[in-house]
Amino acid sequence: MAPAKKRNVCSEPTSANTAKKTKIDLNAQVQQIIDSRKNANNVFDVLDCLQSEKEKDVISAINACSNLFVALLERKDLFIGKLSEEDTLLTGEHNAQEKYSMFMRHRYNDCVETLLEHLGHTSYQVKETALVALMKFVAVQGQYPLEDLNWSKHLSFPRALLVAVVGRLLSQSEDTTMLISRFQDFLEMADVRFYVMGSIRESVGVVMDKNKGEVMPVYQDNVFALLSNINMPSKESELTNFMVKQEDKHSEWKPAKLNEHRRSFERLWLGFLKHKLPSSMYKKILVILHDSILPHMSNPTLMIDFLTAAYDVGGAISLLALNGLFVLIHQHNLDYPDFYKKLYNLLEPSIFHVKYRARFFNLANLFLSSTHLPVYLVVAFAKRLARLALTAPPESLLMVLPFISNLIRRHPSSRVLIHRPSKADEACEDPYLMDEEDPILSNALESSLWEIKTLQSHYHPDVAKAAMKINKPLSVPEVDIDELLEITNFELMEKDLKVTKSPPLEFEPAKKLLQGGGGIVGQHFCLV
Amino acid sequence: MGKPAPKKRSVADKVRKTKTSADIKNNPFEVKINRKKFEVLGRKTKHDVGLPGVSRSKAINKRKETLLKEHQNKHKANKFIDRRFGEYDTNMAPEDKILERFSMERQRLHDKKDLFNLNEEEELTHYGQSLAEMEKFNDLVDSDTELTRSHFGGGGGLLRKREGEGPRARSRQELIEELIHKSKQEKRDRQVQKEETFELTEKLDKDWKSIQTLMSNRTPRALRDDTQAEKPRLDEYDMRVRELGFEMKAQPSERLKTPEELAREERERLHKLEADRLRRMTGEPAKKGPKTTTHMSADDLNDGFVLDKEDKKALSYKDGKWQSGDAEDGGDEEELKAQQEAAKAELPYTFAAPESYAEFHALLEGHSPDNQCVILARAQKCNHPSLGEGNKLKLQKLFGFLLEYLGELSSSSPPRLTTVDKLIPQLFDLCQMFPIAASKAMRGVLADAGHDLEEELEADGRAAFPALDTLVYLKVVSLLFPTSDFRHPVTTPALLHICQCLSKCPVKSLQDMTSGLALCCLALEYVCLSKRFLPEVLNFLCGTLHMAVPDKTSLGYSVVPPFRPVGKHNDLLLLSAPESSATWTNQTLPLALTQHLELTDHLHRDHHRLTCLSTCLDLVHRCCLLYKDTDAFSAVFRPVQTLLSRHLPLDAHPEALQELKSSILAAIEGAPRSHKPLVFEKQKPIPLRMFTPKIVEVLDYGKRRGNTKVQREMERTKHKYKKEFKGALREIRKDNSFLAREKLQETMSRDSERKRKVKELYGSLGTQEGEWKALRRKKK
Repeated sequence: MAPAKKRNVCSEPTSANTAKKTKIDLNAQVQQIIDSRKNANNVFDVLDCLQSEKEKDVISAINACSNLFVALLERKDLFIGKLSEEDTLLTGEHNAQEKYSMFMRHRYNDCVETLLEHLGHTSYQVKETALVALMKFVAVQGQYPLEDLNWSKHLSFPRALLVAVVGRLLSQSEDTTMLISRFQDFLEMADVRFYVMGSIRESVGVVMDKNKGEVMPVYQDNVFALLSNINMPSKESELTNFMVKQEDKHSEWKPAKLNEHRRSFERLWLGFLKHKLPSSMYKKILVILHDSILPHMSNPTLMIDFLTAAYDVGGAISLLALNGLFVLIHQHNLDYPDFYKKLYNLLEPSIFHVKYRARFFNLANLFLSSTHLPVYLVVAFAKRLARLALTAPPESLLMVLPFISNLIRRHPSSRVLIHRPSKADEACEDPYLMDEEDPILSNALESSLWEIKTLQSHYHPDVAKAAMKINKPLSVPEVDIDELLEITNFELMEKDLKVTKSPPLEFEPAKKLLQGGGGIVGQHFCLV
Repeated sequence: MGKPAPKKRSVADKVRKTKTSADIKNNPFEVKINRKKFEVLGRKTKHDVGLPGVSRSKAINKRKETLLKEHQNKHKANKFIDRRFGEYDTNMAPEDKILERFSMERQRLHDKKDLFNLNEEEELTHYGQSLAEMEKFNDLVDSDTELTRSHFGGGGGLLRKREGEGPRARSRQELIEELIHKSKQEKRDRQVQKEETFELTEKLDKDWKSIQTLMSNRTPRALRDDTQAEKPRLDEYDMRVRELGFEMKAQPSERLKTPEELAREERERLHKLEADRLRRMTGEPAKKGPKTTTHMSADDLNDGFVLDKEDKKALSYKDGKWQSGDAEDGGDEEELKAQQEAAKAELPYTFAAPESYAEFHALLEGHSPDNQCVILARAQKCNHPSLGEGNKLKLQKLFGFLLEYLGELSSSSPPRLTTVDKLIPQLFDLCQMFPIAASKAMRGVLADAGHDLEEELEADGRAAFPALDTLVYLKVVSLLFPTSDFRHPVTTPALLHICQCLSKCPVKSLQDMTSGLALCCLALEYVCLSKRFLPEVLNFLCGTLHMAVPDKTSLGYSVVPPFRPVGKHNDLLLLSAPESSATWTNQTLPLALTQHLELTDHLHRDHHRLTCLSTCLDLVHRCCLLYKDTDAFSAVFRPVQTLLSRHLPLDAHPEALQELKSSILAAIEGAPRSHKPLVFEKQKPIPLRMFTPKIVEVLDYGKRRGNTKVQREMERTKHKYKKEFKGALREIRKDNSFLAREKLQETMSRDSERKRKVKELYGSLGTQEGEWKALRRKKK
């Protein structure tokens, strides 16, 4: 048996074959190899096909390899234990059976290597097939371990293979989000998830240290994609889905313990977050922080540093950090000084225009729902929101006007904002100071909501109607603003467009395009 | 005839009649008790106990008195009514009747003749002649003549006979004829007399006229003056009365034509014009009036030779040469040709309404804007909805096509906005005709625009400014529909769309800015009457001004998205060279610039910047004036104020801009700053609760149906009608059965009578036969 020679001989006809023929051949060859040891050398043909340039060939070859080696693994035809160098194979003293299994083990290693390379292939299909094949190997290898299991303490899981796969997934140069989302299926299995978390942590530590903490957008995006795909279980009883079954020592196995999972998860995130992040990444993390990260950490207060730093950044990031902070304050007894002052200062004209408007107002509603807040604070919030409402689009106005009304409803002493009969006849300038950062000093308590009075003549009828409500004593039940948070402008438009009855018409006959309406367009623009 | 047969009463009736009402009511066989479902306290019911027997006999009696009488008198033309006193009174004894009649007679006579008779003795008569007169023997018959007459026949008798024959021969017929003759004669005489009188009057009149002139000439001046002097003395009251009398009374004028008639006339006119045009195109000469049949003389040879035409060639001098009529003929032909040409160039007068947009496009293709307008007007008139079934639908479609066409015109490059401008009146007319279809089409356009914007926003989070066709559509909306309505199915979404564009589309170039300013102008036009508050427009204007601020550090104001305090496109309105403002003059911008803005050199770009800035400042100024009475005016305009006063030095800019700026600042300063604190509206005091009972209207029908008074009344009337109808049906049915019964009885009685008679006859015949047989037997 001279493998080198054989390979030379076989490679020529394989490359010459057509795709269809190879496929048939491959399946036949795999069958032959499995059937009889005589045909063992055919494995080279199969492995050659893996390197083919044609996508179809590669995919069928990957499938063939996966079939072949899974069969061999199940038959325990691969060498178990520490493998010696291939060159020493001939020199060493082994019987035929050993030689065969060692030879096949080497081919298996070749195959795995090629498949790992294929994870960086240009075609997604090849990548996907390779990934599936590798995970299949992981599963089978876990069942039929290739390591010597002489000592009973050790529980078998092919960690090395998984680390290699994860390492390939977290590419530094290429966006692998698609493949990662395919990988998510495997992350459903508790043991895979556990070991993947470990390997990511190692990878992040190594890679980021190598880069000395610089921002690496592609790599970090990939890591984030993989991290956000991790669905942590919330109860120990949910840990039932395993890739590798451990019959006897299951209870001692780390992946079977929720605490271990949590610890690993926490370390993973902290390790990831301690490095410098691009600002878009900040937003993404903060969006998922409160419901998919914090609940699964064994000690969520460790995130305080991250959150306070994010809250101080300002703008949209501050808005997003609110959510995490809220969870910490609410559930973990965090005491945050000047929280409301900061919240007050977050109110900027842009909050009505940003994407996270609904989330922010939902939280603001929560923060201000306490009836134990001092009146000056509530009044300052109401006044500031009203002032900002002067620049808001109608869909936001429909939400913020009931919001302000709700504030006044909750705190009856703040009713002076819309009803001050004691000074009804004394006209005064608005004493409110918009630029004052401290709500105590803003003089909001002496002011009135003239802004809402102005909005009563807003161009949109619904907004005008909502603003009209302050003309009368407010009704007792609060308005539920949850439904109002997500209104879009297009919905408003459609609502009006649906009316079918006969509309009133303009009575003044139109003669020219630019006539009418005070001729404002005509004054500044002409037809030609 | 004469007396009607005395009424027959059934035994039952007789029995019933004899009983008192109390008797009947206590008789359980007569009483029918109507069961009530439940007792209602305090309700009085009329119909809890019924007496079916009584009511039935009542009904039958009534029918007998009315229906049966009618039936008996059917087909009888007249009837005898004896009007003598007490003739039909059966209760009176005949003696009494006669006595009464006599006394009445006496009374009558007494009234008439003896009113003034002092001696109260009454005159006794015999056969109408006074007995007293008779006793006087005034009319003593000459005994001699009587004797001769009785004793001797002779001549006297003959004479007397002839005397007596004369009048006796004249029968009644003759008498009547004579009478008629007499009356006719009289009539004729009267007529003749009348005519004579008339003639005489005529004659008199004539005579009077002949001498009248003489008399009038002779009237002295003084007399005439007198009459004139009298005139002003006329009573004012009389004058008034006469004035009123002679006042022009409203004359019935010609009826106003209905729109349908107008449309029909218009169509007929167009059809006539079209026929005329077609005729001219084909080259037929014009018909002059309706064709008159030419008179043909009996001697006409029918060879077409007519003398009445001017057949001679006219000789005329022109330019010193004489010309025959031939030249004129040639001229006619030329004219004809020219006419044909003109007709070809002229538009057809009738158009079929297009069924698809392609047809519509083909219809207007290649015509000048004015002609397109005319084509549309004619198509509209030819297919007026009152002229035919289905026309309405066609014209409704036409509106949609026209709208699409406007979009196409404005999105073509270069945009043909003048054509759009010309077509606006047509669009307006169609819209007035079909408000529902028009609003539907317009809403479709707006929904598309909104949807596109929404999709773009969802994909990228921002959108480009709308194309020119959307601008045109938005402008058209404001022309067709009222913009000041609180809520309008078309204008409200349109304004919403404008504002959304202004708040979602980032300004990245001067072209975007031009679009945005056009939208701002549009939005302000929408609210110029209603003075509604437009935050988006103010944000946009503020953002635009921000782009002209040279130093963007330490701002005292904030800009609202889509504008950013610092960023890539934030210096769009900064002049590249301050000198260029010297050569700038304010111009109106063509709307097409919102699509293609090509500014090659710095000077042009600077000029465009200045124009934009001027527009923007003007709009801000307008906003200031528009919102100067709002409560939050100072809060709304504070950013603009800070920006203009501290950050925007316009020293290098033309004076017009500086003036605008100072006027804006003055307007902001001049607005009232202090306002009264808000208080709730005064509410009506809630009235105390009263304990007056609630009065519920009791209705004829069961449940309270219908909300308004009119509806309730309607319901009540319906119910009543139904009830009455049912009752009437029932009555008619009963009448019919009653009549049928009566008829049957009649027939039966007739039949039995006949049977009886026949039996009698047979009996008599039988006895006769028997007697005869007995006789024969005897003979034998």
